[in-house]
Amino acid sequence: MTAREDILARIRTALQDSPEAPQIPREYRSESGMETEELIELLVDRLVDYKAQVAVVAEAEVPATIASLLEGARSYVVPEGLDGGWLEGMDDARSRRRVDSAGEPLSVTDLDGTDAVVTGSAVAVAETGTIILDGSANQGRRAISLVPDHHICVVKAADIAGILPEALRRIDGTRPITMISGPSATSDIELERVEGVHGPRRLDVIIAR
Amino acid sequence: MTTFLGMPALPAFGSGNLFAGESFPKAAHRELGNAQLRANLGHATHTIRDKRQAVVSELPDWEQLRDAGSAIKESVMARLPELLEEFEKNFTARGGVIHWARDAREANEIVAGLVRETGETEVVKVKSMATQEIGLNEYLEEQGIEAFETDLAELIVQLDRDKPSHILVPAIHKNRTEIRDIFLREMPGADQALTNDPPVLAMAAREHLRRKFLTAKVAVSGANFAIADSGTLAVVESEGNGRMCLTLPETLITVMGIEKLLPTWQDLEVFMQLLPRSSTGERMNPYTSLWTGVMEGDGPQNVHLVLLDNGRSAALADEMGRSALHCIRCSACMNVCPVYERTGGHAYGSTYPGPIGAILSPLLTGIEAEENNSLPYASSLCGACYDACPVKINIPDILVHLRSVDVDSKRGARKVPSQMDVGMKAASWALSSGKHLGLVEKGLPLGRLAAGRDKKIKKLPGIAGGWTQSRDIPAPPAQSFRDWWAKEHKSAAPSQAAPSRDDKEIQQ
Ligand code: SF4
Repeated sequence: MTAREDILARIRTALQDSPEAPQIPREYRSESGMETEELIELLVDRLVDYKAQVAVVAEAEVPATIASLLEGARSYVVPEGLDGGWLEGMDDARSRRRVDSAGEPLSVTDLDGTDAVVTGSAVAVAETGTIILDGSANQGRRAISLVPDHHICVVKAADIAGILPEALRRIDGTRPITMISGPSATSDIELERVEGVHGPRRLDVIIAR
Repeated sequence: MTTFLGMPALPAFGSGNLFAGESFPKAAHRELGNAQLRANLGHATHTIRDKRQAVVSELPDWEQLRDAGSAIKESVMARLPELLEEFEKNFTARGGVIHWARDAREANEIVAGLVRETGETEVVKVKSMATQEIGLNEYLEEQGIEAFETDLAELIVQLDRDKPSHILVPAIHKNRTEIRDIFLREMPGADQALTNDPPVLAMAAREHLRRKFLTAKVAVSGANFAIADSGTLAVVESEGNGRMCLTLPETLITVMGIEKLLPTWQDLEVFMQLLPRSSTGERMNPYTSLWTGVMEGDGPQNVHLVLLDNGRSAALADEMGRSALHCIRCSACMNVCPVYERTGGHAYGSTYPGPIGAILSPLLTGIEAEENNSLPYASSLCGACYDACPVKINIPDILVHLRSVDVDSKRGARKVPSQMDVGMKAASWALSSGKHLGLVEKGLPLGRLAAGRDKKIKKLPGIAGGWTQSRDIPAPPAQSFRDWWAKEHKSAAPSQAAPSRDDKEIQQ
C-alpha cells in the first residue's frame, strides 16, 4: 500500500462512526456598510497604528507624492505594469528607475541593491489596516515588494473594503497573494516590538481618491 | 473508546518530538525552581492576554466567528478524506507536487530526498510546528544538510541548541542579555560591541540572515492553512522571513499536518479574523503569503507539499478527542493557563505545550505511551483555555476523557493497581461505615508527625508520592470533626473515638 492509500484508509477507519458535517453558521458580519470617507479614515487610523506612514491625496497628486517620497532613494524598482501616470514628471529620476517583469526579472542581488519599490495594490481592508497584493501587472512579482527596504504602495479609494470578508470576495485565491499589515515587525525579544526585521522597514501608503 | 466494527485496524500513533522525556510532575517540579523563567512567562502571558482581550472585544461578531470556525473545523474532520483529495487535485493541477508521510521518519526521508535532488546542502526554514514535531532539523543534520531557522526566536533557540518553550514566542524563556550573549558566542562576525537593546539585536539577526536569504536555493516551511477548493496554502507571519523563504528560493518544500485544511476560499475570512487576534493580539499580522502550486515567473518553480499523518488519524479515531485536531496553534490557551504560566513550555516535553499539548500529545502518541500519560493531569480544569480558544475546543472535557482512558488502559494492561485505584478502594472501605471512618481518623495525628513543624507534608512515601512531587499537602488537623463532635456532645452521643490530644488547635 502506498502511504497515500494507507493514510486515507486510516482516516476512513477513524471515521467509522460517520460523523455528520454540520451546517456552517455564518452569522458573522459579511458587509460593513461603510461609506468611502469612513473607510479612508479607518484605514488611515489602522495604518498609523502599525507605524506605516500615510498620505491621503487626490489622484492627480499621486505622482508628486511618490516623487517626494523617493527623494532620498538612490534607486527604485517598479513593476512593468505600474499605472501609467504615477511616475509622470519623474524623468529626472529615470536613471534611478529599474523596471521588473516576469519576462525580465531583476536578480535578487539587484533588488538587494535597490533602495525602494513603488507598487499598486489589489484591495485593502480598512478594519484591519491590511493591503493585499495579488501579483497583478501594477503590483508585480512578490520579490520586488519584499527585498528593497522601503515600500511605497498606492491604494485607490475605490479598492478599500470595510472588513475582511468583503475584501477576500474581490480576490482570486489562486493568484500569488501577499497581505501586508504594516511594516515587518518582531516581538520575539521580551515582547518588545521592533519594526523591521527582514521585510521592508519603511512602508508608505498613498491613498488616492 | 471507539469500537472498530469488523475492522481490526489498530490506530497508528505518531513518532518524533511528541514524547515527554520525563513525566510532567517531575519536569514541572524542576522548572518551577527557575525564577527567571517564571518571571518572563508571567510577564509575557499577561501582556499577550491583555492585548488579545482588547482586539477581541473590538469585534461585535467575535462569538459568531468562533461558532463558524468551530463548525468549519468539525466539518473538515467529518469530510477529511474527500477534502484531502480535492486539495490534492487542485494543488497538483497548478504544478505543485504532493507527498504523503505516515510518520515522522517517512516525512524526514521525503524532505531530505527532495533537498538532495537539488544538489544543495543548505536550506532556510520558516518557523514550523510540523517540522519541529518530526525533528526535521536534527534529521537533516545527520544527512549532512544544514537547516537555518529564520524566525528571530527560532534562531535564538537554534543558536543556543535549546528547545522552544512557547508556540508563538519560542524564546520567551530568555531575556535580552542572554540573547546578546548567545549572538556574541554563536554568530560568526558578530559585532563585539553588540548591546542588549532589542532593535540592535533584531538588526544583528537581519544582517546574519540576509545573505542566507539572498542565496538560498531551497526553503522548508510549514503552513497555517490549506484551502481545498482552490488548492491554496497559507503562511501567517510577522518578520518577513516567511516571505523570504516562500518567494526567493527555487525549491519550496512545505510540511503540513493533514488536519490543517479549510474546505473553501470563503472559510479563510473566518480564520484570518480568528487567528491573528487570538495569537499575537493584533488586528492582523504584518504578513500573510498565499500560493497555489507554481506561479510561472513568480516565486519557486519547484513546489512540494508533504502531508503528514504522524498520529493524526489515531487522534481522529477518538470520538471525544478528535476536536483537538481543530487547533490552529494560536497559543491563546497557554497564555491563560495557570499551570503553563508557572511551569513553562519545557515541562510538557513535547513540541506542543500548554493545555492543547496536554491533550494533543497523548492523542497523537496514544495515552499508553508511558511518557505522556501524566499530561492530562497537568491541569486544574479551570476552563480558561476553553473560553480563550478561537475554535472552541473543549479542552477540559477532553482532559477528563483522557484521564479516564488512562485509568482504563492501566487497568486493562493489568499493571500494578494505580495510586488512584488503591486510593479509591481505601476510600470506599473507609466511607462504607462509621466504624471504618473512625478507625481511619485515628491515624490523623500520625499525619501531623509526618508534616513536621511547618505543618506541611512535603513528601509522601510510596504510591502517594506522585502527588507530593509537585505540591505540598497541609498537615491534617490534630483532631477529626467526628472527635470534636463527640467531645462537644458527650452527653448526647458517647464518643467512640480516641480522646483529643490538642484542644487548642480546633479553634483555629
Ligand atoms: S487549542 Fe485553541 S487556544 Fe489553544 S492553541 Fe489551539 S486553537 Fe489556540
